[in-house]
Amino acid sequence: MKTVFERPAALSNVPLHYCPGCTHGIIHRLVAEAIDELGIAGKTIGVASVGCSVFSYNYFECDMVQAAHGRAPAVATGIKRTHPDNFVFTYQGDGDLAAIGTAETVHSATRGENITIIFVNNAIYGMTGGQMAPTTLPGQVTTTSPYGRDRSIQGNPIRVCEMLSTLDGVALAARVSVDSPKNVMQAKKMILKAFKNQEDKKGLSIVEVLSTCPTNWGLSPEKALDWVRSDMMPYYPLGVYKDIDALEGGAAK
Amino acid sequence: MSEKVLMKGNEAIAEAAIKCGCRHFFGYPITPQTELSEYLAKKMPKVGGLCLQAESEVAAINMTMGAAASGVRVITSSSSPGISLKSEGISYIAGCDLPCVIINIQRGGPGLGGIQPSQADYYQATRGVGHGDLRLLVFAPSSVQEMAQLTIEAFDLADIYRMPAMILADGALGQMMEPVDFGAIPQRELPAKDWAACGHDNKRKKNIVNSLYIDPQELENIVDQRYERYAKIEETEARCEEYLTDDADIVLVSFGITARVCKTAIGAARAEGIKVGMIRPITLWPFPKKAIHAAACSAKAMLSVEMSKGQMIDDVRLAANGQCPVEFYGRTGGMIPTPDAVLEKIRAMQAQL
Repeated sequence: MKTVFERPAALSNVPLHYCPGCTHGIIHRLVAEAIDELGIAGKTIGVASVGCSVFSYNYFECDMVQAAHGRAPAVATGIKRTHPDNFVFTYQGDGDLAAIGTAETVHSATRGENITIIFVNNAIYGMTGGQMAPTTLPGQVTTTSPYGRDRSIQGNPIRVCEMLSTLDGVALAARVSVDSPKNVMQAKKMILKAFKNQEDKKGLSIVEVLSTCPTNWGLSPEKALDWVRSDMMPYYPLGVYKDIDALEGGAAK
Repeated sequence: MSEKVLMKGNEAIAEAAIKCGCRHFFGYPITPQTELSEYLAKKMPKVGGLCLQAESEVAAINMTMGAAASGVRVITSSSSPGISLKSEGISYIAGCDLPCVIINIQRGGPGLGGIQPSQADYYQATRGVGHGDLRLLVFAPSSVQEMAQLTIEAFDLADIYRMPAMILADGALGQMMEPVDFGAIPQRELPAKDWAACGHDNKRKKNIVNSLYIDPQELENIVDQRYERYAKIEETEARCEEYLTDDADIVLVSFGITARVCKTAIGAARAEGIKVGMIRPITLWPFPKKAIHAAACSAKAMLSVEMSKGQMIDDVRLAANGQCPVEFYGRTGGMIPTPDAVLEKIRAMQAQL
């Protein structure tokens, strides 16, 4: 019988701990597929962060390091600078990357570290039970913005790809979604490119993936995907914010 | 043939790191450790190494962690306020059983404090550098020569015991110039870093460098195993210098630059006929408990001399365990005790015997 669908070799054969309807599983699969397609599992070191994806060190069949909250890009810098010919990626959520780890994110980006950042934005702190995230939308209800995020009190959300695209060290900054087969295909394309950029030492590549949190959003998996389309995408438009291949020169300054 | 080079203490640490094979430095500027990073910024590129200035101490210690996790020798340096920032990363490094060397060229505190020499991070280094049950190997050099030698020791013992090691020096030792003889670098047999996350190359199972254990029993087991290693270190690695303790009625305990002040005071006191000696801890963790206890049993009184309000004295008293009274003399805020002031304290103690 012909096999038409199987687990990527770079994805560990263990049950994932994510909630039903959460799109972390799809994103993990896309990362693993990219590693398989490039044939780099043996040369890749992943850095897990703190948040829902804290256990991602159990899910990828490459060497893994578990970093402190927000520090994954610094840890990845230490690994990549000592092993410049290996592939290094971080897998971070919005609280990790865009709140507590903002400095590490911005400076690894502007240095142009040849690493790949997979940034999962679900607009909420999932692991700790639904608190306000740096990417929580205006008006969005969370356990620490119970009356809805009020810009005059809690301030504004942060658009990471737009911000990082202004930095010279960034090779690729793209926002994708996994809410539909078409968008999954585009997400895969960007993740693959983000890894491939390391081969050519082009600079830092970040792929922001809009993701769901049905549990803490209080929505069914299907409605959560609807909410990504109706509420998240208008605030966080999908697109390629920077791609040095499309610019003159070819390598990040 | 070895030859002596005139160097600052900070530079001696930097050169020692290069000499024992370290090729990676991550740091953030802070007085009074600056010469260390400046020396490495010049030298590392010439030996194929990397000196990378991070955006913060927090980033620097995490870069250090990444490099350590991938299996290379790595060093970071800072001074007191910067070590506070590094303490999160140090806890993770200890929790991941990673070797690295951390330099603290202490300055006065708390807060921004001052930029003059201090020993007031003793508690931090030996008790509380990061959350959780953990220890650091802590070395206290007392000369520029020891800044070099103990840095090399720190790298080796960190590798052997898979744990972070700290050089706890101060602004005076960092800034002053003395002749250093690098001599022959001792070659120890070091364990292979087969745990490193450096790419499995499809030849072994994947390595995970991690400090997270959700199951409390598993975490307790891991910490227990680490403490078995710590117990072995306490048994075998404690080091100190004993100076004129054989017949001493009064035994001073002092480390680092302060111990040199004490030696001058002891010379003057001996000239007056006062039988006084000193134990100089070279490792602050493990603390030389046995030597201190033995001295407490034979002496009539002990005196802890520190550039703090009295931190090491707690360990001296624990080791003395009531065998003799332990008194304190110290200056803080960046003030260095004078030999005369220490002599005065010795005289006062002699009068009470």
